[in-house]
Amino acid sequence: MSQQTIEVHPMPLTTPQESRVAEMSALDGEFNFAYLDERTKRMIRRALLKAVAIPGYQVPFGSREMPLPYGWGTGGIQVTASVIGPNDVLKVIDQGSDDTVNAVNIRRFFERTTAVRTTTATLEATLIQTRHRIPETPLQEGQVLIYQVPVPEPMQRLEPREAETRMLHGLAEYGLMHVKLYEDIARYGHIATTYDYPVLVNDRYIMSPSPIPKFDNPKMHMNPALQLFGAGREKRIYAVPPYTKVESLGFEDHPFEVQRWDAACALCGAEDSFLDEIVTDDAGGRMHVCSDSHYCETRQQAQAAISSPVEAP
Amino acid sequence: MYVAVKGGEAAIVNSYDLLAQQRRGDVATPELSVTQIQQQLKLAVDRVMTEGSVYDPELAALAIKQSSGDLVEAIFLLRAYRATLPRLGTTRPIATERMALDRRISATFKDLPGGQVLGPTYDYTQRLLDFSLLANDASVAPERAPLPANIDQSDNTTFTPRVVDLLNREGLIEVQTPPAGDPAPTDITREPLRFPADRATRLQNLARGDEGFLLAMAYSTQRGYSHSHPFVGEIRFGSVEVEIEPEELGFPISIGDIEITECEMVNQFAGSKTEPPQFTRGYGLAFGHSERKAMAMSLVDRALRAEELGEAIEAPAQMQEFVLSHSDSLEASGFVQHLKLPHYVDFQSELELVRKMRSSAPTNHTDGLDTAG
Repeated sequence: MSQQTIEVHPMPLTTPQESRVAEMSALDGEFNFAYLDERTKRMIRRALLKAVAIPGYQVPFGSREMPLPYGWGTGGIQVTASVIGPNDVLKVIDQGSDDTVNAVNIRRFFERTTAVRTTTATLEATLIQTRHRIPETPLQEGQVLIYQVPVPEPMQRLEPREAETRMLHGLAEYGLMHVKLYEDIARYGHIATTYDYPVLVNDRYIMSPSPIPKFDNPKMHMNPALQLFGAGREKRIYAVPPYTKVESLGFEDHPFEVQRWDAACALCGAEDSFLDEIVTDDAGGRMHVCSDSHYCETRQQAQAAISSPVEAP
Repeated sequence: MYVAVKGGEAAIVNSYDLLAQQRRGDVATPELSVTQIQQQLKLAVDRVMTEGSVYDPELAALAIKQSSGDLVEAIFLLRAYRATLPRLGTTRPIATERMALDRRISATFKDLPGGQVLGPTYDYTQRLLDFSLLANDASVAPERAPLPANIDQSDNTTFTPRVVDLLNREGLIEVQTPPAGDPAPTDITREPLRFPADRATRLQNLARGDEGFLLAMAYSTQRGYSHSHPFVGEIRFGSVEVEIEPEELGFPISIGDIEITECEMVNQFAGSKTEPPQFTRGYGLAFGHSERKAMAMSLVDRALRAEELGEAIEAPAQMQEFVLSHSDSLEASGFVQHLKLPHYVDFQSELELVRKMRSSAPTNHTDGLDTAG
């Protein structure tokens, strides 16, 4: 599938709406490139370097109050802001889609504060900030995937005290997590975790993959792209360097497995992508469509090109 | 058909317009000025400055106007602004015993050096709606009552000793000295909070903590969730000088006055193996006139000293991680309200799981509920 032919500029800066937004925010010119001051960016980059050096380890950092609320992507935004440069091409997705309001809002934040080019095409982007999904299109070397993380500590629901979980990580004492998964099997016959499914990184640290569906977990393993994770409210950064082993937890007799659907995407026919269920009426009618909006559109365009070849003049 | 999530851009812009309309209200009514808010909604301004961690009444008033009076939102606006400000220097510790007092009360001694000054307070008002305020007749504010003769407001050099210092002469109250070497405290706005946190760090967290949260935590200590017998040693409200000491000068210079509320709570302490019975202290400090906040802070500060004083840690208010990790209104409000964001993907995953569990579960419903518990 050729990506080069697709020129997607979803939000030209010249629309009347966009200029109105610019008027409403006369402060744009008063902030540094990518909003954060350079010392803060350096502090975050130091945390990132440590995170890359110790894959899966949660590095505390001096998270700042951002102009967007905690819990809405401030960790990812701070990571993006500290690594973005004028030549980067940015893609922002939320739940796999470029068009949901939070993705639009974050993308516009960076358009205003950096004026970098944005895109919806996965392979065109150098930086992809995401909430809750990994794109279906496989990533490549040189790309950076930045996850927004609500709860960086995978054991927080089992042990809320950070002083305790820090010690458990230090000792690689992960019995608590395995017992939780075992109890699921004892109760339900299978592991009842469907998203934010814990992974073991580089055979050392158990890590939260952020609330991506477990469907996406295998994509983290040996991924050529650099994966960075930012948790603003909890003030933690962690990372998975390119080509790093990422193993979803499981047992020999109950191995990790991903969700499967009986349906295919109603719009593009994909059978290999994560499908969202759309309720179409109040009589139980529903359809399944790809959660990754760019993947779905690309497939639809490719199919349209095949079914309606260019007419002879 | 599949358009529900499209059009986010247009929706956001329209939402800005609607918000602006909601904030302005009926245009037939004169617009509220920032000066009016600053002058006439002082207590709201003070709370926003305290929890916003910026002493600037004008910006706090602006934030209140911009947030339509939602104080937690106003605090957010001020904090986000604060995060971009450079650090120009560090002030010397403020000398609250040299405060120009507007109000000073003690619940432990009937009379004391420096006297009791009731000052402006809602404490002894009768909470009857004052319908005369409905008539917006621009009447002149009442003359300020003269201060008692023993309170000298002429300068900031008047020394009013703290109640806890009076107790200290008898050795009845613990002495709080700076830790060895008097290290610079951690700046929690620059460094992430780590546990266990020392007292200086905890006090910073409490100072910017949500008033409602601290109030509830403090209240819980009075209802058996941690054992403390608190007395208000002293509450004082007034202005203090803020001084900096530039290195090249070698002496302090005043850069202005700020209004603050200080509360010192005195708590009974039964003693331990190494310490005889004595009173212990809890401390609260807030910008402006914020007594409820300062009092709640001092009670929670005392409760959080349980470990240091060898007390059993049994109640939420004594647990550092519980209190300090949940006190910040930005963190709490942001994360609670993030539930409004789309969760299609996670919900889809749960939907599949529940269907799977239901299809394999026995038809008896109570059975299913039991195992899910």
